[in-house]
Amino acid sequence: MGITKLLIANRGEIALRIQRAARDLGIKTVQVHSEADTEMLAVKLADEAICIGPAPAAKSYLDIDAILKAARDSGADAIHPGYGFLSENAGFADRVVAAGLIFVGPSGDTIRMMGDKAAARASALAAGVPTVPGSDGIITDMAAAEALAGQIGFPVMIKAAAGGGGRGIRVAETAEEFRTLAPQASAEAKAAFGDGGIYIEKLIARARHVEVQIMGDGQDVVHFFDRECSLQRRRQKVWEEAPSAALDDTTREALCQSAVALAKSVNYRGAGTLEYLYDDATGAFYFIEMNTRIQVEHPVTEMITGHDLLAEMIRVAGGAPLSLRQSDIQRRGHAIEVRLNAEDPANNFMPFPGVVSGLRLPDGPGVRMDHMLYQGYAIPPFYDSLLGKLVVWADTREAALTRLGRALGELQVDGLPTTAPLFSALLGDAELRANHVHTKWLEPWLDSHAHLIAAEKDKAA
Amino acid sequence: MPTEIRSPVPGTFYRKPAPDQPAFKEAGDSVAAGETVGLVEVMKTFIEIKAADAGVIAEFTVEDGTPVTPGQCVCVME
Repeated sequence: MGITKLLIANRGEIALRIQRAARDLGIKTVQVHSEADTEMLAVKLADEAICIGPAPAAKSYLDIDAILKAARDSGADAIHPGYGFLSENAGFADRVVAAGLIFVGPSGDTIRMMGDKAAARASALAAGVPTVPGSDGIITDMAAAEALAGQIGFPVMIKAAAGGGGRGIRVAETAEEFRTLAPQASAEAKAAFGDGGIYIEKLIARARHVEVQIMGDGQDVVHFFDRECSLQRRRQKVWEEAPSAALDDTTREALCQSAVALAKSVNYRGAGTLEYLYDDATGAFYFIEMNTRIQVEHPVTEMITGHDLLAEMIRVAGGAPLSLRQSDIQRRGHAIEVRLNAEDPANNFMPFPGVVSGLRLPDGPGVRMDHMLYQGYAIPPFYDSLLGKLVVWADTREAALTRLGRALGELQVDGLPTTAPLFSALLGDAELRANHVHTKWLEPWLDSHAHLIAAEKDKAA
Repeated sequence: MPTEIRSPVPGTFYRKPAPDQPAFKEAGDSVAAGETVGLVEVMKTFIEIKAADAGVIAEFTVEDGTPVTPGQCVCVME
């Protein structure tokens, strides 16, 4: 069958990335957009552009009826959802298919199952993929709970089943502490939520976030190795690397094979990412969730493998089998991506859209920028603050860090603050250079290094 | 002497903490220094707009849910 005309139901840098992949495959593109995005680069460069509603995303990029109407009116035969917006909305995937169109991604049922944490965890267990050890349900018998905590290994988290948002969580370091804290947690949960049920989960201190890129055609599944995204602020990734420099080859192979096993067990079709916590202390990894879409940080994987993930996901959606066998996918060197946001890192990351009054982009060997900028572009205030991603590749991590510094030195965006000074400041940090990081590393670092970020911002101005 | 409260950022101005809640302040209300009079949503982040000094609100110059530009007056105090 094959796709001949692809509607892009997204905006910003990823809309442009999808458009380029489609063009490279000889596929025409239809770019839908809100009234606030008429000057967006992806609109200017698409074969066709259709306005689907006013600025608020709920009335445009999330309006399923408006998107399906645009697909009908333009004669598109497929829809690519990008990331965010409707990309993991099972109902949208179902509606696209019911309209006789191709959804570039897995089926609605797969999205639904993987979006349900309990169902995803059950699928992982069934496929033999390790998950964070825990009670797998509510415990009421305190003696049984203590025995289980001992089996799991301290420290453990005691969580109120009815809690949420961090309420009712206690950490027990020892069996003695557990004996005191578990009844307290249960009593508190009973008082606060009217339900004293608790469950327990192993606390993985200083965990790294590692993830595996996979691609399936509904029959076969291949992996494109791992990424590490431990540098996070408010659970948002800000810096990503491929591969993770923390893994040895044996662990990497086991991790990637577990991701393939899980994706195969659900007959996965499309691009997907399996996210894990990795424990430096023990070398163990634990599946936490699957993202059933292309991810922001996919370019680092493209840089180390040389394969075009967007093109492959579009080909597979069009009905083609995977064009690659596992043995065709090799990795080479090290890649780093930093997210360039329209935020002031020297002022509590205050978002500040503006007009790009001047622009100088980094270039040269091993440098790629996926972005939506052009001189004179007025960044709309209605959407997230991602302007683009600066990605570098080199033979080694050390050389990639040096190259990132070189590229940041070439980059200049005038007219609005960006997060670039943060990355210049991070590059000078000995712990980061030694990769001694974990998911809770960046936030305290930001608090104690505000002066360095401010200095980098002044230097760049 | 009337003073103006301005939005530091571009975005969408809201007079309520959430759609189903009452407005932070109405014209005629008194306001303490540092008290919130509205929110500006910019790039999926909500920034609180606060009064620098105590006073009484004379009028809101921007409707709930409408766009503002950086430095635009959202509220006049007297």
